[in-house]
Amino acid sequence: MIDVSERVKKIVVEHLGVDETKVTEDASFIDDLGADSLDTVELVMAFEEEFSCEIPDDAAEKILNVKDAIDFIKSQEG
Amino acid sequence: MFDLSDKIALVTGATGGIGFAIAENLHRQGAHVVLSGTRQIVLEEKAAALGNRVSIVFCNLGDSDAVDGLPKAAEATVGAPVDILINNAGITRDQMLIRMKDEDWDQVIAINLTSGFRLSRNLIRSMIRKRWGRIISISSIVGATGNPGQANYAAAKAGVVGFSKALAAEVASRGVTVNVVAPGLIATAMTDALPYEQKEKLLESIPAGRLGTTDDIAASVLYLASEEAGYVTGATIHVNGGMAML
Repeated sequence: MIDVSERVKKIVVEHLGVDETKVTEDASFIDDLGADSLDTVELVMAFEEEFSCEIPDDAAEKILNVKDAIDFIKSQEG
Repeated sequence: MFDLSDKIALVTGATGGIGFAIAENLHRQGAHVVLSGTRQIVLEEKAAALGNRVSIVFCNLGDSDAVDGLPKAAEATVGAPVDILINNAGITRDQMLIRMKDEDWDQVIAINLTSGFRLSRNLIRSMIRKRWGRIISISSIVGATGNPGQANYAAAKAGVVGFSKALAAEVASRGVTVNVVAPGLIATAMTDALPYEQKEKLLESIPAGRLGTTDDIAASVLYLASEEAGYVTGATIHVNGGMAML
């Protein structure tokens, strides 16, 4: 089973159509990866589907980079 | 043209003249229509008139919890999420501003404007995911021109236009269009009740020389709902026989 970090990165690469090497844990979706604000909403939707969880809006607003997403998902699984 | 097979359309205020004409037209082009309204018996009659590919969901749009539950209820009944949202329901509480009560204002804003916001917010997620969606709201000529005694109604109907433009800009890149149809004077039970002299006077102000029909409105809605109108978004189609050329 691929770990959370790899799965999150895969979604980001697929959704934003960016090069895998650019998707580091600290890469900001908007500032570094060229996402618009609706892309960030869609990323959260994709994370919800992939990990079968619900990410409430107040938590979603704080997910600004790959690490934020991984941390949130792990906190739910933990 | 305008084939809506496999599309699911939710129409609020579907028991009214314009609402049902919209439902009928979408249904004729193949859509499964969900009729929503507050008169259960009329809803059932209207559904029976359409035959198959039709569902009904009772909803009081003045109740925000009920509004938030409507898209889910529609989806549960049909078995798939709504593709086409028609914000048609509307009420009037006409009164000169100087005598207008808070509740006249609040109810008109709640049903004519806020319900559309809530329904759109609920449905936009699945539309974005599908990369296809249509949100069409029924405004009014009064939203553009104003009308004495209708400060609340005019504010709500103008609000619908601004709301639609903002949302249209947000979701245009995802294949979701958001548009408005603004009727002028349409022959319905409401205008039938006007005194003869007043009607005559009104007709003088309409270059087309007649009141509009509910089908005149439904035809514009049908176009905006279609695949063919995919490049039209943030627009308002004025259907008023030339009464106001905007």
